[in-house]
Amino acid sequence: MEDDAPVIYGLEFQARALTAQTAETDAIRFLVGTQSLKFENQIHIIDFDDENNIINKNVLLHHAGEIWDISASPADKGVLTTCYNKSECPRVLASISLSDNFYIFDFISSESRVLTCASVWRMPPEWESGSHESPDDSSNSPQTLELLCHLDNMAHGNVACVLWEPMGNGKRLISLADNHAVLWDLQESSTKATVRYSSATLEGKGQLKFTSGKWSPHHNCTQLATANDTVIRGWDLRSMSQIYCIENAHGQLVRDLDFNPNKQYYLASCGDDCKVKFWDVRNVNEPVKSLEEHSHWVWSVRYNHSHDQLLLTASSDSRVILSNMVSISSEPFGHLVDDDDLSDAEEGHQEEKSKEPLQDSIIATYEEHEDSVYAVEWSSADPWLFSSLSYDGRLVINRVPRALKYRILL
Amino acid sequence: MDADQGTAAPADADPAPKRRVHGMLKLYYGLNEEGKALGQAESLDPCDINGPHFDPELYLNKLRKECSLGELVDQEACMVKQIRSLDSDMQTLVYENYNKFISATDTIRKMKNDFKKMEDEMDCLSTNMAAITEFSARISGTLQDQHAQITKLSGVHTLLRKLQFLFELPARLNKCLELQAYGQAVSAHRRARCVLQQYSHMPSFRGIQDDCRAIMDQLAQQLRQKFRDGGSSAKDLSECVELLLQLDEPAEELCDKFLSHAQARLEADLQGLEAELRDSTSSAVVKASSPVIIGSPAESSMSATNPFLAPSSKTDILEFIDRGCNEFVSNLCLVIASYQELFINRLQEGDLATKNIPQMASGKLHTFVNSLAARYFSLVERRIQEEKGVGDNSLLVRALDRFHRRLQAVSKLLPGSAVPSQGTEIVVQAARERIRQYLSALQTFYLDSLTDVRQALAAPRLTVGGAAGAGPLLGSGAGAKDAPPSLPDLLSSLSTSILNQIKSVLASVHLFTAKDITFSNKPYFKGEFCSQGVRESLVVSFIKFVCQSSRQFCESAGDRGGSTPPALLLLLSRLCLDYETSTISYILTLTDEQFLVQHHTPVTAVTVLCAEAREAAQKLLNHYVKVQGLIISQMLRKSVETRDWVNTIEPRNVRAVMKRVVEDTTSIDVQVGLLYEEGVRKAHSSDSSKRTFSVYSSSRQQVRYAPSYTPSAPMDTNLLSNIHRLFSERIDIFSPVEFNKVSVLTGIIKISLKTFLECVRLRTFGRYGLQQIQVDCHYLQMYLWRFVSDENLVHFLLDEIVGSSAHRCLDPSPMEQSVIEVICERG
Repeated sequence: MEDDAPVIYGLEFQARALTAQTAETDAIRFLVGTQSLKFENQIHIIDFDDENNIINKNVLLHHAGEIWDISASPADKGVLTTCYNKSECPRVLASISLSDNFYIFDFISSESRVLTCASVWRMPPEWESGSHESPDDSSNSPQTLELLCHLDNMAHGNVACVLWEPMGNGKRLISLADNHAVLWDLQESSTKATVRYSSATLEGKGQLKFTSGKWSPHHNCTQLATANDTVIRGWDLRSMSQIYCIENAHGQLVRDLDFNPNKQYYLASCGDDCKVKFWDVRNVNEPVKSLEEHSHWVWSVRYNHSHDQLLLTASSDSRVILSNMVSISSEPFGHLVDDDDLSDAEEGHQEEKSKEPLQDSIIATYEEHEDSVYAVEWSSADPWLFSSLSYDGRLVINRVPRALKYRILL
Repeated sequence: MDADQGTAAPADADPAPKRRVHGMLKLYYGLNEEGKALGQAESLDPCDINGPHFDPELYLNKLRKECSLGELVDQEACMVKQIRSLDSDMQTLVYENYNKFISATDTIRKMKNDFKKMEDEMDCLSTNMAAITEFSARISGTLQDQHAQITKLSGVHTLLRKLQFLFELPARLNKCLELQAYGQAVSAHRRARCVLQQYSHMPSFRGIQDDCRAIMDQLAQQLRQKFRDGGSSAKDLSECVELLLQLDEPAEELCDKFLSHAQARLEADLQGLEAELRDSTSSAVVKASSPVIIGSPAESSMSATNPFLAPSSKTDILEFIDRGCNEFVSNLCLVIASYQELFINRLQEGDLATKNIPQMASGKLHTFVNSLAARYFSLVERRIQEEKGVGDNSLLVRALDRFHRRLQAVSKLLPGSAVPSQGTEIVVQAARERIRQYLSALQTFYLDSLTDVRQALAAPRLTVGGAAGAGPLLGSGAGAKDAPPSLPDLLSSLSTSILNQIKSVLASVHLFTAKDITFSNKPYFKGEFCSQGVRESLVVSFIKFVCQSSRQFCESAGDRGGSTPPALLLLLSRLCLDYETSTISYILTLTDEQFLVQHHTPVTAVTVLCAEAREAAQKLLNHYVKVQGLIISQMLRKSVETRDWVNTIEPRNVRAVMKRVVEDTTSIDVQVGLLYEEGVRKAHSSDSSKRTFSVYSSSRQQVRYAPSYTPSAPMDTNLLSNIHRLFSERIDIFSPVEFNKVSVLTGIIKISLKTFLECVRLRTFGRYGLQQIQVDCHYLQMYLWRFVSDENLVHFLLDEIVGSSAHRCLDPSPMEQSVIEVICERG
């Protein structure tokens, strides 16, 4: 039972960005990016020792600025991207202005902008060895990320997020910047990124901005789903044209979305109307299902990579909810029996059939956070483990309840 | 003295004869000897002076022996006195008897004279009687011959009369035929028939018989003709049949003929009804397609094309049923009655009641009646179905009552018939249909009322006069005040109008169960109609509909809240709450009282409905909070998102958006306050506006920001806010609210401020951006605390906002608290 207790890790700074190290399939490892305007920002590499229930951390410095989004390459453990605010620019201007008179300062100040950029970084190769030998020293002499390349956004505006090609070779990226979705190709050494195709652009009245997006793992990775305002759009990456559009997917802003890893037309979305909705993109008029469990905006929704009935949602009511959506999962009648199993035990199969299917339900509500939870992620190594990050810098690692785990597995 | 002694002495000397005389006297005066028997038996004592066996010697001796001298003297004196009185009594008696004897002698002498005269008269009488007897004998001897002759002559005369009747019969029959006095003819013929039959071997009689037969055949022919022709009344017809029966026509054929003829006439009735029905529908269609004013040319031309039905082109159902009853049903009854009279009752008695003619006849009658009734019923059903308007139920009920009542007559005439039960079935159907119509009418009314309310809510800003735009629903309230209707007015007028509507519907439906309605005592109307029909299908369904449609406002409106005005949500929520607290139980009690529910099927309990209403009210109020919160949230969100907070100028004013937020909150407060009670607040600190204001002061903020400047202790920021969170309760933003003003306002403010917080966290601020947020928050702080149940909540959220914006600030140098206060107070 003690194994089920949550493990809590506190960061010094506020943080929004969390990702699992996608390429890592052995160790349970999460990456957290901090948000601080005054101090050097950091990337915390959180290693979780499942057997001993111990957290090992390593800190890498991220000089470029406060991190809004972070994502790890699916192919190379050491490569990751961040979206960060460039805050140097106004500082420089401000320092100049100090010597000038008041009016000039005002003028220049009004010109200054906070830009959100995105870059591809490589973690220094020695961080791992250093951490194991002297974990206490790591905070004293933090190492710095090595810049691979900028995803030059001058033409496109502020970057909301960067998406890696799922299960790809770590060479293709999409950045969502203001109202553009840009597809990048990384060169062999990953030191240079080029725009591969003409980008997709949102057009419409007013200033449209992508808030979030997801690269579909289905259809040979040729589809992308994006959210802007209350609309969810699907794009075909080959032609960079829109393929579907869910108008008014949520009553208010759509905050996040995720593809069902096993059912190619299904995606989940969440938003400021406190709801989580499930869509079949072939029918954009009605959601397949709708949940309203949170008492404030839902910021993140994640399908479990292996068992798509398990769904995590994080909300600014500082709760994380784990739901079991059996009825719309790829295993509506319990675990599908493999061919091997079938030949092995006919009886087991019979037993399984007689077992009552699980109902859609909330499995657990996690209330360890004190502030808004903006990010939640499943571990890439252990499908029964996930972490959530609240704004005050608290990272909580939780497990799926054991009873449910066995229920699903057996 | 001597005399006395003397009278006493003979009495003593001869007692026996004296006693005899005494006995006779006694008899004469009616004294009963026997009455003294007891006394005599007792006084055998010889010393008893009054006894019959008195012995003077013994007495004297006894006295002498027993008594002293004084006593003897007294005795003697007493005795002398008694003897003297007895003596005088005797004298009186003798005198009276003497008088009577004299009068008796006179009477006897008179009688002797009278008897002599009487004897003479008797002699005279006996002689006279002898003379009379002699005369009489002589006369009877003379008249004997003549009497015999007269008797013979009168016999001949009778015979001749009969013969004459026979000979005249053909002529008479002919004459009857001419005069169409068929009845007379038939009775005449009947009288002669057997005679003619008997003497048919004589040529003359045969001739007569043939003549008669020919004539009667002709008569029968004519009767049949008449029968076939129709046109004659039922009475004529039955007479006709009666005659034909007497003429030995076959009964079955007659039955058929009779019925077919009756059918023809009843068909005509039915066709009349059908034509009326068709006409009324067609006219209704015309009316519907072209809404012309009554009396316009189109209408009159229309009626002109229908000459038969022109006067009754728009008959109501009562007239229709009346007509059906008066024409069809009464004719049917007449037919049944006469048929039974003719074929069934009579045949049973008469010699024709052989085999099973009555059964055959009644079988025919049943099929006949059933087929016609079925057609009639289908017509009535069609007509009832056309009765869509729910205005006046009494008409329908009366019509149904009449319909049902008249069918009872049929049931009396034809005991085994299924017609009355079918009729009842139709009535029941109509009642069911009626309830359905009333339910839909109520629903429409409710929706219309809501539309009115919606318009009234939209109107106030436009209508100054008030009364004109207010619509019929709000007539009185708006007119009186000459101002736009307020929410409570709207609410009360809405709920009263709904209640009145329900009451009037109940009253209308109640007509079905009135005592004087014949079908009200049918089991359906006593039980199922009340419980399942009225209570469940009508009242309960309506209440459920109200709740459901209210709930739909929460769902269909979408999250943007554009379609339903928030005030309507608030109003409906209050309406549902009122329903929960009182109205539902009132309505159901009313229903149960009016319709004494005896049926034992389970009915929906009051509590279930109340729970449903409460749920609806809760949902509506939550939705209201959500919508209002969203409106304010959107303002705040836009204001935060669209501004460049890095390069903003030094704050000089509270931003207009914040004023707007406070204004809106105030107006929401007023709006909610109109319908909901104040609610409970947590205790305020004594001078909330100032004191809490100082709690949330720069000094405290300084504490919170201070660590930010000192790089040595970056942890402290989080620590402080975390400690703060540890001791404050978790805030559920979109949580259900209670039914009071404070709770509603708290909900709205929570939603708004939380949005503000989340938006601030997504932005980066310059120095003046932070200061502007400080000013704005202080302003909100000044005004919002009074609306919420727990002012700490507002403080906490505003603290969070300022704290977060300080974190998100590139150059966090907060503004002086005093400056903030000055800016805020300036407005």
